[in-house]
Amino acid sequence: MALDYQPKIVGFLCNWCSYAGADMAGTSRLTYPPNIRIIRVPCSGRVDATLVTKCFQQGADAVLVAGCHPGECHYSEGNYHARRRFTVLRELLSFLGIEKDRLRLEWVSAAEGKKFSQLVSEFSAEIAHLGPRKDNGKAAGGSL
Amino acid sequence: MARIGVFVCHCGSNIAGTVNIAQVMAAAQTMPLVTFVADNKYSCSEIGQTAIREAILKQKLERVVIAACSPQMHEATFRKTVAQAGLNPYLLEIANIREHCSWVHSNDKAAATKKAIELVKMAVAKVARHEALFTKEIGLTKKALVIGGGISGIQAALDMANAGYPVILVEREPTIGGRMAQLDKTFPTLDCSSCILTPKMVEVAQHPNITLLTYAEVKSVRGFVGNFEVEILQRARKVDASKCTSCGICWQKCPEKIPAEFNLGLGPRAAIYTPFPQAVPNIPSIDLAHCRYIKYQEFVARGEEGKKPPQCRICERLCPPQAIDWEQSDQVLVEKVGAIVVATGYQTFDHTRYGEFGAGRYPDVITGIQLERLLSASGPTEGEVVRPSDGTHPKTVVFVSCVGSRDERMGRAYCSNVCCMYMAKQAILLKEHDPEVQSYIFYIDIRAGGKGYEEFIRRAQEEARAIYLRGRISHIYQDGKKLIVRGEDSLLGRPVEIAADLVVLATGIEPSAGAKELAQSLNISYDAHGFMVEAHPKLRPVESRTEGIFLAGTAIAPNDIPGCVAQGSAAAVKALAVLSRPSLVSDPMVAIVDPLRCTGCFACQRACAFNAIDSQVTRDGKTIAVVNESLCKGCGLCVSACRGVAMNLKGFSQQQLLAEVNALWR
Ligand SMILES: Cc1cc2nc3c(=O)[nH]c(=O)nc-3n(C[C@H](O)[C@H](O)[C@H](O)COP(=O)(O)OP(=O)(O)OC[C@H]3O[C@@H](n4cnc5c(N)ncnc54)[C@H](O)[C@@H]3O)c2cc1C
Ligand code: FES
Repeated sequence: MALDYQPKIVGFLCNWCSYAGADMAGTSRLTYPPNIRIIRVPCSGRVDATLVTKCFQQGADAVLVAGCHPGECHYSEGNYHARRRFTVLRELLSFLGIEKDRLRLEWVSAAEGKKFSQLVSEFSAEIAHLGPRKDNGKAAGGSL
Repeated sequence: MARIGVFVCHCGSNIAGTVNIAQVMAAAQTMPLVTFVADNKYSCSEIGQTAIREAILKQKLERVVIAACSPQMHEATFRKTVAQAGLNPYLLEIANIREHCSWVHSNDKAAATKKAIELVKMAVAKVARHEALFTKEIGLTKKALVIGGGISGIQAALDMANAGYPVILVEREPTIGGRMAQLDKTFPTLDCSSCILTPKMVEVAQHPNITLLTYAEVKSVRGFVGNFEVEILQRARKVDASKCTSCGICWQKCPEKIPAEFNLGLGPRAAIYTPFPQAVPNIPSIDLAHCRYIKYQEFVARGEEGKKPPQCRICERLCPPQAIDWEQSDQVLVEKVGAIVVATGYQTFDHTRYGEFGAGRYPDVITGIQLERLLSASGPTEGEVVRPSDGTHPKTVVFVSCVGSRDERMGRAYCSNVCCMYMAKQAILLKEHDPEVQSYIFYIDIRAGGKGYEEFIRRAQEEARAIYLRGRISHIYQDGKKLIVRGEDSLLGRPVEIAADLVVLATGIEPSAGAKELAQSLNISYDAHGFMVEAHPKLRPVESRTEGIFLAGTAIAPNDIPGCVAQGSAAAVKALAVLSRPSLVSDPMVAIVDPLRCTGCFACQRACAFNAIDSQVTRDGKTIAVVNESLCKGCGLCVSACRGVAMNLKGFSQQQLLAEVNALWR
């Protein structure tokens, strides 16, 4: 593994909590690795299997889904849907030959800028430790 | 094919200081469908917006990407900008290259520039798949709900009612007034709290536009801005308000006595009671947990053997207008309102968590709010400050600041804002009550930032001769009749020990019990402590993130009365800005069904929390799903639940999100 290996991470952040939490990290000038690409979604429950597998097809090393804390979803229960889907998706990934830990679900509130920056730093370090994908990005129909 | 314009914002040096704008622009030139690229020093300024508008017209742009700050900041601004140039406001996408890029990667300019380019590429890919969306007009109920009848809620209710709008004020205690009703005099002017509060309380009760519901709680809230539907639980007082004349015979004669909450246990109240003489409304309530007749009824209902408890019913027998109504039961009222103000206030920190201060064991270690009751002429001792243990007049009084504030150990890192000031106030008042009193105030820092506040602290030091000692208290213990207070004078760097007659703990401010649960039912955010979170801490300080729900007072953060009143008025203006509109516009970013693809499985309907999916029979007899746009909130749960690909979400369509992913790392 090359020392400067930088994992590619996609973050689906819910508009109401986590996206604002990531904004808060910025407003507070906290730093985290520049290798995450954030996609704004209305709610963590909007993220489905197609979107997640598409990321891996596209060569992502990891996917982060973040939403409001339990009980705080702007749409009341979207994050519970996300949580249930997450368990299934991890199984699906492992079936595709991608380590489960490359998909992560977290709760980040609008006030938790610090948590968000720590989360990205930690997750990025974990994925870097895991190394490049063993399937060479071919699983999930990828062509990389 | 759409013509896309990309505008890259410098945001002064906020973006340009980290991201190489020229490189981003050059990269944007090569992106598919991009026909025009420009930069702006400040896109959000009038000059910046004009430049964007002119470019749209001159370059015949059909879609716009603005690479700037977070869409949470200026998406609404720029939607207006593009609309002014004749473009549909939804044909815009923001690439967040400030909060999500320049501000967090200032340590790696090359990587930040590379990331900014990718964020623009994603936005370009997404905007290419945007479609024009159109808002709809929806009606609204021109009525407001205020939750919490402390000074903040009272102010908000009065301001809206005076502007001519009907207001429902819901207070869970039997009276309005909140904590301010418990205070004696108020800093920094020392005007008597009830003298300034009571007239406002009466005005609320008599206002033709205000429906006052006390002893009531909000059970559930449904709907959205302009069209909330609220369930309110009106608890039974067991007293017929239309008959009661507030003569007070009932509570004077009731034989059951329990410690009065309003006086924080410093005196008794009856089982039928009004919390204090000037309560509004001045209708007593029967405390079901303590009423003897209720206990008797419960005993009979259980069918137990043995001696029956007394029936009592003294209040019923003595009430001149026969207002006692045992049949009265809790009621659920359903109301429609257009805007909501949350002003649920605070309670004080439970100091028994501090073992070193006696954990509540010593009767003469009291709280600031208890001292307010002792100082008050209408309090349990009629304004005589005496020790709870033996009724003697304390001469040496020690104040301990920051009890449950600025203390990480207790999970309370924040400052409670009012304690420094009320300790100074109480020291002045104690001296006025009894010139022989010597006050010692242990403080960490003196926070006196308000108008006239610093002068007020001086007054406590100079006129009331309060001795300020900087340092924390390590231990308080009883020694005979005295309380020994041990601490440190951190300025002199030596231990101090004071034999006190009375110790006053300045217990910090925390959100009212039940605040989190209420926030959940309102769907508004709260912080780790349970304080309500503002839509923007500086620019939108009295709005929640949920449209149509506003915030005021100590429900947001510790605050003093002037601050609470200002917020009450501010929240009222914000709510009025909703109520005074002729109609509201709906958010067009809602779900949509492709009737050709829908198989009628209704997985979407089960996923939807807003009952926004109806069924519809097509001409060929197929039953399929259809979205009720006025109920849909645009969460997109139905899209991810859909097993076919029949469901989609406008503005966050599957094609758009996939396009963003597809644009990555290419
Ligand atoms: C010891 C002490 C002394 C003080 N002295 C001063 C002073 O001299 N000068 C000064 O400016 N400030 C002083 N303050 C601060 C002052 O008390 C507050 O600024 C002010 O009272 C806060 O008003 P509020 O309306 O925000 O909250 P509150 O007074 O707490 O009112 C909130 C109301 O909402 C009700 N409520 C709560 N939850 C619900 C619910 N779920 N449904 C319905 N109703 C609900 C409560 O019953 C309450 O009536 C002092 C504070 C303390 C602790
Ligand atoms: S809105 Fe944040 S998880 Fe649903």
